[in-house]
Amino acid sequence: MRAIVALIIMLLAAVPSLAGVTPDEILDDPALEERARSLGRELRCLVCQNQSIDDSDADLARDLRILVRERLESGDSDQQVRDYLVARYGEFVLLKPPVQASTWLLWAGPFALLLAGAVGVGTFMRRHPVGMTEPSPLSNDERARLQQLDIDKA
Amino acid sequence: MNRRWLFLLPVLAFAGIAVFLGIGLTHDPSKLPSALLDKPVPRFELPGLDGADLDGEGLSSADLADGEPVLVNIFASWCVPCRVEHPYINALAEEGIRVVGINYKDKPEDARAWLAGLGNPYTLIGSDRDGRAGIEWGVYGVPETFVIDGSGTIRYKHVGPVQERDLRNAIRPVLEEIGR
Repeated sequence: MRAIVALIIMLLAAVPSLAGVTPDEILDDPALEERARSLGRELRCLVCQNQSIDDSDADLARDLRILVRERLESGDSDQQVRDYLVARYGEFVLLKPPVQASTWLLWAGPFALLLAGAVGVGTFMRRHPVGMTEPSPLSNDERARLQQLDIDKA
Repeated sequence: MNRRWLFLLPVLAFAGIAVFLGIGLTHDPSKLPSALLDKPVPRFELPGLDGADLDGEGLSSADLADGEPVLVNIFASWCVPCRVEHPYINALAEEGIRVVGINYKDKPEDARAWLAGLGNPYTLIGSDRDGRAGIEWGVYGVPETFVIDGSGTIRYKHVGPVQERDLRNAIRPVLEEIGR
C-alpha cells in the first residue's frame, strides 16, 4: 500500500517535467521569454488540438515555440506573431477565439441564456408570488360540504 | 399565447440541440479548414534531395505559378499513411498530372530510398528538413495535398492520405475545374 502511494506521489511529481517547453528553447532575455510563454499558452497545438503549444510535446508544437521566439527576438509584437500564425493555420490556432461577427453567438450565448432564464424566473415569480397569494374564497358548494363535514364530526 | 402548447418548448429546444450536435458529430475534428484556401502559395525556397532522380534543383514558390495546374504533395518516409496514398499519387503522375513533393522533416537519404522502393511521382522535390516551409504551408500533419491552379493559387487542400473517394469527390473535380 505504502509503495503504491509512494508511486502515485512520484508520478504526480513527474508530471510538470513532461510539459512542452524544454530548457534549450528558453530565451536569455527573461522579458522576451515571458512574452513567449504567455503567447505559447494561448496558441493551439494543431496536432493535439486541445493543448497549447507550451503544454505539448509534439514536434510541430516545438517548431512553433521556436518560431514564436525567433519572431519576438526579431522585434515582432505579440499581435504580429498571432497574425502570422493565424494567416497560416487559421483562427483555430488561437485557443481563445476573437470576438467578431462569426463568434458573437459563442461569446454572447451564455449571457443571453442567463438573461432568458432570469426573465423566465422573474415572470414566473411575478405570477406566483410566494406566500402572498390570497387563497380564493370557497365556493358555495364547498361551503355547504364543509358545513356537512362539521356536522358529521359533531 | 396559448399556454396549452407551452409544453412543446422543451421538446423543441431538445430537438434543436440534438440536430445541432448531430451535425457536429459528422465532422472530423482532425480536418481543419485551410487558412490558405484561394490564396497564393506561400513564399518558400527549398533545396532538392541531392541524388534523387530529378534535376535536383529543389522547389520554390516560383515553380508553382507557371501557368500549369500542379499538385503539391507533402510526404515523409517516416509517415505511414504516406505509404498508403503513394500508389494514388503515382497513378495521378502517370496520367500526366504534374505532381511536386515537399519532403517534410525527413533525411534526404531516407526519402531517396523510400522513393526508390515505391516509385517517384514528383517532377520536383523540395527538402524541408526543419519543417519551416511546412509552417508556411500551414502543415500540421503529413500527408497533405494541395491543388494549385496555373496562377499559383491554392484551390484545394486535402489532409491525410489521399484515397480513391477523395480523388473522385474532390481532387479530380477541382483539377477539371482549373483546366487539367
